[in-house]
Amino acid sequence: MDNVSLSVKPGQFVTVVGPSGCGKSTLLRMGSGLLPVSSGEVRRSDETLGYVFQDATLLPWRTVQKNVELFCELRGFDRGERKQRAKDAIELVGLSGFNRHYPAALSGGMKMRVSLARSLTLDPPLFFFDEPFGALDEITREYLNTELLRIFALAGFGAVFITHNLYEAVFLSTDVLVMSSRPGRILKSFKVPFPYPRHLDLRFDPAFAELTGEVSEVLRDE
Amino acid sequence: MSTTRRSSSLLRSSTYRLGPPIVVFLVVLGIWYAISLSLDPDRQFLLPTPNEVIDVGFVNQDNLFQVLEGLLWTLAVSMSGLVIAIVLGMTSAIMMSQAKWIETSFYPYAVIIQTVPILAIVPLVGLWLGFGFTSRVVVCVIISIFPIITNTLFGLQSVPASFHDLFTLHRANRLTRLFKLQFPNALPAIFAGFRISAGLSVIGAIVGEFFFRKGIPGLGRLLDLYRARLLTEQLFTALLFSSLLGILVFWGFGVLGKMAVGKWHETT
Repeated sequence: MDNVSLSVKPGQFVTVVGPSGCGKSTLLRMGSGLLPVSSGEVRRSDETLGYVFQDATLLPWRTVQKNVELFCELRGFDRGERKQRAKDAIELVGLSGFNRHYPAALSGGMKMRVSLARSLTLDPPLFFFDEPFGALDEITREYLNTELLRIFALAGFGAVFITHNLYEAVFLSTDVLVMSSRPGRILKSFKVPFPYPRHLDLRFDPAFAELTGEVSEVLRDE
Repeated sequence: MSTTRRSSSLLRSSTYRLGPPIVVFLVVLGIWYAISLSLDPDRQFLLPTPNEVIDVGFVNQDNLFQVLEGLLWTLAVSMSGLVIAIVLGMTSAIMMSQAKWIETSFYPYAVIIQTVPILAIVPLVGLWLGFGFTSRVVVCVIISIFPIITNTLFGLQSVPASFHDLFTLHRANRLTRLFKLQFPNALPAIFAGFRISAGLSVIGAIVGEFFFRKGIPGLGRLLDLYRARLLTEQLFTALLFSSLLGILVFWGFGVLGKMAVGKWHETT
């Protein structure tokens, strides 16, 4: 990576697109502290961070409820608080009634929602999403895109979202950054003008197509 | 109507499961009779017919009780050995999982325990610790500890990296990581290890008794005795109970494993 800089405020949804191997995931791993920062610096106003990985990373021996409680548990919240927060988060992602299921019994999309709920319990001001919907089918992905925007509007966090799907990028974001590979640089950043709440039909809007086309062109030229 | 359908399908599935082994059992029984009856009468003691085995070994209560007492004693020895092996094995595996240098220092010796011929160690154990209960238990521990160490260690170390990331992100310390992540992750492997070791500890108890003849005779001692006196009917009875004990222990730990992790893990 070379001279990459980005900042996110609550209410801002920044998506990073780029070819595989350009260091998109590395950016998040360094930003979160999972990887040591080789050069440069990371500043966060609050230590609490939501992080949704490519894989739902649910612990198979815990039920949905217990999985969602995990982060509160690790951070030492007491039992009652933990339970209540998990219950609220599960409700927010629309999975009430599945509290006692084990992850193995859930579909890919439901697992991602549990994964999201798990981070929501901490009410973080900032969320990292590392290609969370990459492994899902198109219909589930579209559905989860709208779900994510609904929750984004409610919870009001700032988001850094990694994807290689341009439609997803433009649909979700306030800002789209296009990265190049080796060295990973930010080629161009786009402001997405469409107001929230956004509906899936937005994808068939000519203005949407035009913006997506521009992003695609930058990506192709690199 | 739906209940009859369910019960008939239950019947069918148990027929599928129990049918084949029963057929095999009957065939083996038939071959046994055929060989036994085809032997010269003065050589028939080498393979008595199944009903002679039942007459002498089961119907004769003195003989039966002798074998049953031996069975209980062997069970006590093997389970004591197994419990010690579980405690020692899991403790050492947990320690090895906590520091690479502990693992590299001690793991080779765990492998040696496994590979050295047990029959070569057994007499030594007798010389050092006497020829009674203690030595028998020690043999059980030696023979059954390795699967517990390897399986526990494997389970603790095979946590996916992304799970570790979650715990790193939320500042979990070493103990939290061990108890909330590595240990639950290891449970299926640990129970698989228990099952293998339980069978081995029964073998260890029986082998030990061939060498250590003090105290109440267990199944191993009885097997040796019946063999020496050519009491083949009783020898067969004791053999039957030895394998039943092995099966029982193996099955018991299978059930225990299912109870512990069956809700989220497919155990075979």
